[in-house]
Amino acid sequence: MTAAVKGVLLAAAVALIILIPQRAGEFRLSQFTYVAIYFIALLGLNILVGYNGQISLGHGAFMGIGAYAAMIFILGREGLTATGANPPGWLLEHGMRPIFAIPLAGLVTGVIGYLFGLPALRLAGVSLALATFAVAVSLPLIAKHYDSVTGGGGGVSLPLPTTPFGWDISTPHWLYYEAWATAGILFLVAWLLVRGRVGRAWRSIRDGEVAAVSSGVSSAAYKTLAFGVSSAFAGVAGALFVIQVSYINPDTFPLTLSILLLVSAVLGGLGSLLGGIFGALLLVFLPIYSQDPPVLHFSFSKQAPSVVFGVFLILMVLVAPGGVAGLLRQVVQPIKIGLARRGSRPSRLAKEE
Amino acid sequence: MLLELRDVQARYGPIRALHGVTLAVEEGEIVALLGANGAGKTTTLRAVSGTVRRSGEVLFQGKPIVRRSPEAIVRGGIAHVPEGRGLFSELSVWENLRMGAYVRGERRTLKAEGSRIFGYFPWLERRRNQQAGTLSGGEQQMLALARALVGRPRLLMLDEPSLGLAPTIVRELFQIVKELNEKDGLTVLVVEQNANIALQAASRAYVLEVGKVAISGQSDELRRHEGIRKSYLGY
Amino acid sequence: MTAFLWSEFFQQITSGLAIGSIFASLALALVLIYRTTDVINFAQGEMATFTTYIAWSLMNHGLSYWPAFVLTLLIAFGGGVGIERVLIRPVEHRPEIVMIIMTIGLFIVINGLTGWLWGADPKAVDSPFPNKTIDVAGVAISTQDIGTFCVCIASVIVLWAFFRFTSLGLAMRSVAVNSAASRLMGVRVGWMLALGWGLAAVLGAIAGLMAAPTAFLDPNMMLVIIVYAFAAAVLGGIDSPIGAVVGGLTLGVTVNLLGRYVDLVGEELKLPTALAVLLLVLVIRPQGLFGRVIVRRV
Repeated sequence: MTAAVKGVLLAAAVALIILIPQRAGEFRLSQFTYVAIYFIALLGLNILVGYNGQISLGHGAFMGIGAYAAMIFILGREGLTATGANPPGWLLEHGMRPIFAIPLAGLVTGVIGYLFGLPALRLAGVSLALATFAVAVSLPLIAKHYDSVTGGGGGVSLPLPTTPFGWDISTPHWLYYEAWATAGILFLVAWLLVRGRVGRAWRSIRDGEVAAVSSGVSSAAYKTLAFGVSSAFAGVAGALFVIQVSYINPDTFPLTLSILLLVSAVLGGLGSLLGGIFGALLLVFLPIYSQDPPVLHFSFSKQAPSVVFGVFLILMVLVAPGGVAGLLRQVVQPIKIGLARRGSRPSRLAKEE
Repeated sequence: MLLELRDVQARYGPIRALHGVTLAVEEGEIVALLGANGAGKTTTLRAVSGTVRRSGEVLFQGKPIVRRSPEAIVRGGIAHVPEGRGLFSELSVWENLRMGAYVRGERRTLKAEGSRIFGYFPWLERRRNQQAGTLSGGEQQMLALARALVGRPRLLMLDEPSLGLAPTIVRELFQIVKELNEKDGLTVLVVEQNANIALQAASRAYVLEVGKVAISGQSDELRRHEGIRKSYLGY
Repeated sequence: MTAFLWSEFFQQITSGLAIGSIFASLALALVLIYRTTDVINFAQGEMATFTTYIAWSLMNHGLSYWPAFVLTLLIAFGGGVGIERVLIRPVEHRPEIVMIIMTIGLFIVINGLTGWLWGADPKAVDSPFPNKTIDVAGVAISTQDIGTFCVCIASVIVLWAFFRFTSLGLAMRSVAVNSAASRLMGVRVGWMLALGWGLAAVLGAIAGLMAAPTAFLDPNMMLVIIVYAFAAAVLGGIDSPIGAVVGGLTLGVTVNLLGRYVDLVGEELKLPTALAVLLLVLVIRPQGLFGRVIVRRV
């Protein structure tokens, strides 16, 4: 897309984001907050899968790690004990403000993701899919088991979030802006990474690892970095999520979520950061996952809409492999060509589609 | 005429490889297809066996086959030994031969043809259980040839059989091909970069350049042709 | 750690072999599809559940067990062939991740369909095997376990024989090894792929029917089992049929033993532990126990 078109779209998006709270009711507002949260998660997943060509069926688990980390940081030893858990002694006495817990949770998750990325270097394709799948399946089970820290099956409630610094806006509004501001910052971070040297290295690995290595790209370093970065994004998303919901239990981040995240990333369009917005919109507004995510556990079967969702998925694969972003590109391409012909500047058009 | 190509075009995606090839092979002949790398020799064979997108006319035994699937074309009696031999490297020698018989009903065909094949390639019988991928280059080429013959094809197409093989093996290979042609009347279309050996075995040849037939004629004529000598025969 | 009894040890092994044979069947189905069509079929477990429900319906309508069993296998075969022709064929040459999404979509559809058609409450499926235990040298082995093991292993052996001795089986193997060359041998490659899916669906149906009496038939019956099956397939080497079977049996036994004898694991952490062990193996030997090493050509 030309810079001008992109700029216009971006401005429109920002305007929308600012305007929505004026018009939307509280429930709608919280839905759009979730959109921001999933957008952040999908940015991370897109980096790993779309730009670096690896695969993760466990992205939801990393959200869960971030969520639990945030919960622990926010509650502190005091808060955890109050909910009936039995926290270890080395935890902080009092909790920290959510606004600090979020980046910290992201960092912790990023480190864990990076460490996961190290042995993952030996795996690819199927094996990696299985490894991440294993993480997604195991997380709820492990969380249930280590209930001294996580509060076990009963879950942990967080104190309801309050607007900081005594600002005069309602909590849902604050959470909305917080989520979108974070999304905006992280989008910028992702965009800078992707268009810079790091992104080029990632893409070269995706397109041909052997060739990339022969050109001097350290595939190990960049692949683990991709895991670290994408997990960090997931961690931040998870932290925001747990603050939004004020509750967490081991089933809050099931395998289902990881699968749906990957599906949404593909449907939104891999290799396009903005595709994450479409994916996030899909996740929130498709009936299967819209209401009360913590209530949704391992089974799809409660909803017949899941059949519709699956059919939709299959149709998308058959008809529009580039995802929504790809479809958009196909719409924009003729416009771009038309504009270019208008001006006499030679444009670098793709030869054949 | 056993095989006829008329103005055949072929492409790999957006890249046109054949720009109108016209040639013919009579029953009982050995015809060679020569040319430099990228001239379109392999693509021509593929156009016949149906493994590339093609247009134009391809007639086998007088009937058009350009719309047929590769599987149907093979059943019709054309055997194509591709570049790189196309062996099933993880299967055994015997299993590769069984696959050669697949096209005509494996059990029956192999029983009938087995002794004939082993007549030409006696060592194959001894190595029947060896994994095809562990054979030497020459042996693999022989196996590929044997496999193609099991189905008693009317037309045998060989793509660069001499590639990567020592001269003695190549001679042996072409010896067998000539014998098959003389004794069993097998028609052969052979693609070769090694123009010398090809012109010795074949009675006629076509020279392809940039996807079209540049020159054609009897082998003796071509061997004396100055341009051919310089470009393809090296003297 | 409670006292170690040999009899209990062997019991764990035999029940581990039984559940392992179910893993093996399903893992073999996964490998079969992967080797012929290069696709990881995430929906294999759901297809198995669906066919088990069909068997249940047949039995509910008066059919006795073994006729229902056979009919179900035929239906499963048809279903597998149909899915390959209609859904997988058009997207054959797409990148791996697109195929993964396709089978995930299939997973979602079939899972939802199962719940929609039959409801979420568990159904009881009769076992064809009598509910007894027999005593072998002090070890109590349930006939259900023996029966399960025999049926699953028998189906594996029948499949092996099919591939080893029949023309069709050889043709399918040739497609898995070199599909371009097999086309030149006159093999109708498209139908071979469909056949692969059909056979895999049959294996899945058998696994489901063997699992149902103990696992209880509900739409999510196969969810945990398919994870083990995946683990078994990858452990054995995703392109190795032998690996799938060995992997499945090994995993079944190992998980049982770990769950019983290692306190840390207990009942809850059986699955994560199995997966952790699997991942450890993979990191040491990425191609699995029997898989081929992929040589990266420059």
